[in-house]
Amino acid sequence: MSAVMADEHHEEHPKGITRWLFTTNHKDIGTLYLFLALIMFFIGGFMALIIRAELFQPGLQVVEPQFFNSMTTMHALIMIFGVVMPAFTGLANWLIPMMVGATDMALPRMNNWSFWILPFAFTMLISTLLMDGGGPAGGWTLYPPLSLQTGTALPFVIFSIHLMGLSSIMGSINVIATILNMRAPGMTLMKMPLFVWTWLITAYLLIATMPVLAGAVTMLLTDKFFGTSFFNAAGGGDPVLFQHIFWFFGHPEVYVLILPAFGVISQIIPTFARKPLFGYSSMVYATASIAFLSFIVWAHHMFTVGMPLAGEMFFMFTTMLIAVPTGVKVFNWVATMWRGSMTFETPMLFAIGFIMMFTIGGFSGLMMAITPVDFQYHDTYFIVAHFHYVLVPGAIFSIIAAVYYWLPKWTGHMYNEKLGKLHFWLSTIFVNLTFFPMHFIGLAGMPRRIPDYSLQFVEFNQIATIGAFGFGFAQLLFLYIVLQTVRGGQKATDQVWEGAHGLEWTLASPPPYHSFTTPPEVK
Amino acid sequence: MKECKSRILAGLILALSTPLVWAEYELNLRQGVTDISHQVYDLHMMIFWICVIIGAGVFGVMFYAMFKHRKSKGHEAAQFHESTTVELVWTTVPFLILIGMAIPAAKTLIAMEDNSAADMTVKVTGYQWKWQYEYMDGDAKGVNFFSNMSTPRDQIENRAEKGENYLLEVDNPLVLPVGKKVRFLITANDVIHSWWVPDFAVKKDAIPGFINEIWTKIDEPGVYRGKCAELCGKDHGFMPVEVVALEEHKYLDWVAEQKAAGQVAAAEADKEWSKDDLIAKGEGVYNKNCASCHQPTGAGLPGVFPAITGSPIATGKIEDHINMVMNGKVGTAMQAFGAQLGDVDLAAVITYQRNALGNSVGDVATPQQIKTKR
Repeated sequence: MSAVMADEHHEEHPKGITRWLFTTNHKDIGTLYLFLALIMFFIGGFMALIIRAELFQPGLQVVEPQFFNSMTTMHALIMIFGVVMPAFTGLANWLIPMMVGATDMALPRMNNWSFWILPFAFTMLISTLLMDGGGPAGGWTLYPPLSLQTGTALPFVIFSIHLMGLSSIMGSINVIATILNMRAPGMTLMKMPLFVWTWLITAYLLIATMPVLAGAVTMLLTDKFFGTSFFNAAGGGDPVLFQHIFWFFGHPEVYVLILPAFGVISQIIPTFARKPLFGYSSMVYATASIAFLSFIVWAHHMFTVGMPLAGEMFFMFTTMLIAVPTGVKVFNWVATMWRGSMTFETPMLFAIGFIMMFTIGGFSGLMMAITPVDFQYHDTYFIVAHFHYVLVPGAIFSIIAAVYYWLPKWTGHMYNEKLGKLHFWLSTIFVNLTFFPMHFIGLAGMPRRIPDYSLQFVEFNQIATIGAFGFGFAQLLFLYIVLQTVRGGQKATDQVWEGAHGLEWTLASPPPYHSFTTPPEVK
Repeated sequence: MKECKSRILAGLILALSTPLVWAEYELNLRQGVTDISHQVYDLHMMIFWICVIIGAGVFGVMFYAMFKHRKSKGHEAAQFHESTTVELVWTTVPFLILIGMAIPAAKTLIAMEDNSAADMTVKVTGYQWKWQYEYMDGDAKGVNFFSNMSTPRDQIENRAEKGENYLLEVDNPLVLPVGKKVRFLITANDVIHSWWVPDFAVKKDAIPGFINEIWTKIDEPGVYRGKCAELCGKDHGFMPVEVVALEEHKYLDWVAEQKAAGQVAAAEADKEWSKDDLIAKGEGVYNKNCASCHQPTGAGLPGVFPAITGSPIATGKIEDHINMVMNGKVGTAMQAFGAQLGDVDLAAVITYQRNALGNSVGDVATPQQIKTKR
């Protein structure tokens, strides 16, 4: 009886702004993360459009080169730390307690804090654009000595990266604590949904690498302000050391941005194929192998720095090896679709788009693993094409797919299927129009991060710019669909999708404030 | 599948726009003019086709399933899953394919890293935003010059029509003989740059404090153009590489020319220079070396690059001004021009800064004065 009383007490949560400021509820915090990601997506996207507008024609028209460089730098920082990472954390918050049959996350107060750090961190980061000397303009990789030429902005950028790292680490601790301690009786590790598995591994990657990034940027700070020479050759330091440290963080980070996407796709494909995932345990092992390999391939981002032959060989072979577990994943999804009974609602369309275009990005990644050829690709638009293929129709498509898939569960309303499909086709056409031509201009020799280019690249740059504006405006449709669904619409059933399996679908739509007050039994 | 898709896409675009010649579009990696660049191209194509075949297979199966195995066609879902045999096959087969790719790749890589037995050595130094070429040995030993982009500002700012080699042309190209193994020692003076000539399949980072090695052996005479490939600040997009490859005898003629020009420059330093002559010469030196940061007007970029106009250094004691220009300022983009410019050029540019760009200090820096400071 007393337990029931306590529950009722918990249901009384504040209304209005304080509900969001003081919330310790996983659903509210998940919503905050997702809306932050959405806002940052439009800010980072606006920066991308400034870049594409400048590149529409050769010559300098729209912005000055210095500002152009700070746009490429900020676009990357915002999209990585402000969009993909918070969006996945938002999904984790919403879904993990519901998927493992828990009431809430394990550490709700820390959960509140790890979110509320972020708006301050990003306000500080974006405010550097107004500072003396402009925003950071040395690329998101912050390579010294160039990044040390940044003006007043440098310490603010470094501090905001520290804050983002702090938030990620706390978020990860929370995810791990929840998954390891709060699973419903009977849910063994090998019975967890794949989204939970991929997030568990991602959380370990984050805990292992965010402190490395924090160390690297702190060394930049002391080099600039406290007279150390970690990265200054004239003082006995080594500029390449920074790159090694940075990419020791940076490569696992790449998988932080894609492993939860693998999880999302592994939930969606079986639902709409009405068939269980082909190889559950091999998917888990493939995820774990990718995570392990991600720690021993970092120098493939820097083949041109002049490594010894043995080093180049090692990093070439380990990088090629990643193709094996990644292939296992793609084959598994295709085998799941094979002889299913498929329907193509919006989440399924985005998931199939993900498989196709992520695989294209995977192929160009395999090409880059070949060191002697990478010397030609390195720092060209071929690289830009590659990582945008894995991040936009890769990570971003998976996030959009996840939103369409779970939005009826979250809000209790179905989204508008017609508009959702329109959103998919517009996004797919424009994303290819934007990034496919970049393969050609990259191979033909256009370097990255340049505000102006020579005349043989004009046509494909113009196509890419048209595609980018189309893609950007198509996302306003997404915003409209999401807001429309939040406000109302056709009532969603608890099951929502005919082929959906998992604990979250056993809850009401929308689910109760505290997901599972009595733990469900998993057989 | 990538190329296929590209052709369809490009074909569509061609059909929609004015009829254009195929050759105008560069869609693929350049084959280049060295043995290594050919090997690299072949590797690139081999892996590309392997990806196309795998992609066609995977997407073929997927699309077949998407058309045949759909609920709207009444297809019942099979419930099979987990098959150790299938999983072993799709783990082992890709692994074997990878080994097949790794062997030729390793061979080419070993050949690329073999810097031994070079016929000549050129040191390449990256600066914000130009290249310096120094011939270390052989016939051209001692030849040493800077290579700046020569595309006029008017073309970049859309006041003049853009030339054929827009952003790919320099004032002093690197000149090399064909058929010789040339070793490059690559370093940088300020930030990291990357020296890249696509036709040689040579790209190596230029890192301050480190010397990287790379080599090439050019088969055909011609002009080969490349760019800085590593973000190096504001004018990263404006520091092209231009290499002119000449037949051996023409190369030797060029070397003789360079040596004669060096003597003329030495004689100039001893001549008496009037203030007006120095200012006139200084304007050219300023526009080439200073204007990209401090701006052609001397106004600088607030917060990033200080102004020359009214600056305490350019209007203060001349010794401090000479010191700043010759030795630079550590931790900023201000380089030590003492190592880059001759006595006359330094004297001229300092005199110009003090008596033009809105400044009128009135004094003069002489080449002799510079010489004593070295």
